[in-house]
Amino acid sequence: MSAFSAINDDREIERDEFTPGIEPQATWCPGCGDFGVLKALKQAMPEVGKNPDEVALFTGIGCSGKLNSYFNSYGFHTIHGRSLPVARAAKLANPNLEVIAAGGDGDGYGIGGNHTIHTARENHDMTYIVFNNEIFGLTKGQTSPTSPKGHKSKTQPHGSAKSPIRPLSQQLNAGATYIARTAAVNPNQAKEIIAEAIEHDGFAHIDFLTQCPTWNKDAKHYVPYTDVQQSDEFDFDVSDRAEAAEMMRKTEERLYEGEVLTGRMYIEDERPSYGEEKRQIGEMPEEPLAERYFDEDAEWERTYDNLLEHHK
Amino acid sequence: MTDNELIWRIAGGSGDGIDSTSQNFAKALMWSGLNVFTHRHYPSRIRGGHTYVEVRADDEPVKSRGDGYNFLLALGDSFARNPQEEAYYGKEELKPLYENFDDLREGGVLLYDEGLLDDEDVEEIGLEEAAEENNWHVVPMDLRGIAKEHGREIMRNTAGIGATAAILDISTDEFEKLIKQNMSGDMQEANLNVLEDAYEAASELDIDHDIEVPEGSHDEEQVILSGSNAISYGAIDEGCRFISGYPMTPWTDVFTIMSQHLPEFGGISEQVEDEIAAAALALGASHAGVKAMSGSSGGGFALMSEPLGLAEMTETPIVLVEAMRAGPSTGMPTKPEQADLEHVLYTSQGDSARVVFAPANIRECYTQTRSAFRIAYEYQIPAIVIYDQKIQGELRNLPASHFDEEPNADPGSVLTEEEIQDAAHHSSGKFQRFLHEPEDGSNVSPRSVPGQKDGRFLATGNEHNPSGHISEDPENRIAQMNRRLNKLDDIRADLDENTSHQTYRGPEDADYGILVWGSQQGTVFEAVDRLNENGHSVKALGVSDMAPYPKEEVSEWLESVDEALVVEMNATAQFRGLTQKELGKYGDKMSSLLKYNGNPFEPAEIVDGFESSIDGEELAASNMKYVPAAGD
Repeated sequence: MSAFSAINDDREIERDEFTPGIEPQATWCPGCGDFGVLKALKQAMPEVGKNPDEVALFTGIGCSGKLNSYFNSYGFHTIHGRSLPVARAAKLANPNLEVIAAGGDGDGYGIGGNHTIHTARENHDMTYIVFNNEIFGLTKGQTSPTSPKGHKSKTQPHGSAKSPIRPLSQQLNAGATYIARTAAVNPNQAKEIIAEAIEHDGFAHIDFLTQCPTWNKDAKHYVPYTDVQQSDEFDFDVSDRAEAAEMMRKTEERLYEGEVLTGRMYIEDERPSYGEEKRQIGEMPEEPLAERYFDEDAEWERTYDNLLEHHK
Repeated sequence: MTDNELIWRIAGGSGDGIDSTSQNFAKALMWSGLNVFTHRHYPSRIRGGHTYVEVRADDEPVKSRGDGYNFLLALGDSFARNPQEEAYYGKEELKPLYENFDDLREGGVLLYDEGLLDDEDVEEIGLEEAAEENNWHVVPMDLRGIAKEHGREIMRNTAGIGATAAILDISTDEFEKLIKQNMSGDMQEANLNVLEDAYEAASELDIDHDIEVPEGSHDEEQVILSGSNAISYGAIDEGCRFISGYPMTPWTDVFTIMSQHLPEFGGISEQVEDEIAAAALALGASHAGVKAMSGSSGGGFALMSEPLGLAEMTETPIVLVEAMRAGPSTGMPTKPEQADLEHVLYTSQGDSARVVFAPANIRECYTQTRSAFRIAYEYQIPAIVIYDQKIQGELRNLPASHFDEEPNADPGSVLTEEEIQDAAHHSSGKFQRFLHEPEDGSNVSPRSVPGQKDGRFLATGNEHNPSGHISEDPENRIAQMNRRLNKLDDIRADLDENTSHQTYRGPEDADYGILVWGSQQGTVFEAVDRLNENGHSVKALGVSDMAPYPKEEVSEWLESVDEALVVEMNATAQFRGLTQKELGKYGDKMSSLLKYNGNPFEPAEIVDGFESSIDGEELAASNMKYVPAAGD
């Protein structure tokens, strides 16, 4: 019997279950795109059939990090840029958990960029949502890794001399097996993409455009948006790496020309997740490791019987 | 210096098999009934460079490296890049022969491979004069020739063992047994032939020396292993099944051992992108209910600072290993030092709440790693095991029964699902994971684990209220800070009652004291024995609990002596500083003997240092520093 009865508890899920019984007043500004992520995430949960006690949400630091204050699940608000390494170990420790990580563009593409690359490379079975508002919001409006070239801010008074990072292309190269862009202004698509990402067996990366009306852009800057799957202009095979690369390049460039392209950018279903790879080479137990600590009948071998012979 | 002991040094280049040969030599001597202790010295490179290992053997227990050595097997560095010309770092090929041959004791034997080392070159380094002056027995032998006759050049280390056995008049039985155990087929046969040939060739030389290898026997079955083995085995026996790391010398040792064995025990090892990730992964695994560890050496541990603080703030149990090497910065990567104490105690922002144990030897590495896990998981606090390259690289025999202990996989203060149903919940629906006043009256508020029904809470690096939500309310702040910090008092009381980590040596009523921490303990204890034999009145205290500091125990001991010398391998007397800070006095009672040249103390150096300190004389040796007590 599992020590974690919330896991795979087969019942109807209401989206309200993910709203805390007493909701703390949100620290987000009116009109903030972060509300859109929260809403889409809550709406996706009944679709994927997950209940609050089997979901573990790991966040970084920034306005996005407040997500799990308003989302009623197990939560771990970690440190700046480090949500992914904490999250992926929880998945290894208990693969039955539904693991979601979230953070801002500074968190995932700046300070935590190394973890973003390596977590994608390893293809952990989890979902990563990057709140991309093209700015540092909580620290009051500095230029971020996704701010456009020439972006002026208090820390870049002469305008940024750097080209922005290409988050989608970077994730494709790194090894993510589900890559999409959505926007807070497009809640229906956002919900669908989050649900797909959660159900995807591998590392799913969502670059989520979240307007920052206080420091950067308000919602109208992300409208109109184009869903590339529904547009005749973009006829590409989402499972073809080369075509996906081309699509991503366009998506990244056009954003800075004022055209918002969203949708699924790359989906690869064949590649095994990291957990599967590790089990295959005998480096990970078949049963979730976390269960053993709660199993009174579990046998714990000791080094005296197994390793000491070599030293005699 | 004991009269009846062997200190055999094998020296060559990295890649010449120095390490494995010394391990075999030590194991064979252990089988023969002796007690052994190895001291390892190597450069930070893959091939070449002077590497040596000393094997000290005695019928009495050995707990330290000795003073110098009395037998040198110099194989020469077969990987020297610039063997013929004068190189930047000196004559590389010859270094294993002449570098610190001053430490070869009078009357010692110096056996070198003339198959590799050119006789003319050897002449140039002044060996002949030195040998005459010190009454050394110089034995050139063509070990390479013997090796190549039966097999490959690398087997010259086996030839060296055979020749050593003949010169010291010890049986080759145990060496043969080892070769048969470790090798098979042609390799085994070739090595056996090399061993035999070299033995016979050396026997014919009839070297007349005074070294007597003692004879001994063991009352019970012995094992020989390193501090890194003991730390790893302690972790596994305490239920650790998850490790994450990034390679860095000397931490790599524990990481390698764990990675090799954890899968056999049903566990998981992760080599990750950097040390920030390494510590963060261990936190994530622990948060999800698994007993987890990580670790690094100085520079890598610096990267773990922020996750370490997160563990303190979220009260997530975690065990970290810090394997010290000489700093600052990259320092001397393969050389031991004890200069990361303050780093480990204070790194990360805010007031620190952590446990730090510094085991002094292999035995303590096992027991204190187990303590670290027990305390970490029971009290939901990070526990750090700090040791150094010296213990990492030393092998020592001890009774196998030391490890005959029951495993303990208890995840500590974690609730079961049934218990969670009855536990306090906030009206938001969240489980109250961080109660100001836990129900059992302790300072530990039990946790739940993701996946448990109705156990959801928020863990956050922000200050938080009982259900984990971010809070900057002053009263809540004080309550949470006090509870987290008060756990340290509880841990101190627990350790005092259940697990003593401090070790004493010498007569209780002695006038003088030597205070020591970590890896130098064995050497200090040997020095204390000698000092008492020399008529001094000295005792020693070895401290392992760096945090929470054993204030009462150390105070009582310091009160009982007139003066105390604090011995440590760093330049700024960090442990003495810690002791003064924790006890708030004794600055006028404690002086320091420091060494930071990359080599651990020898017992005779501590004897000299102590004697000059009480006589008020200048230190004779330039490789140490004496810092007098305040007011002196």
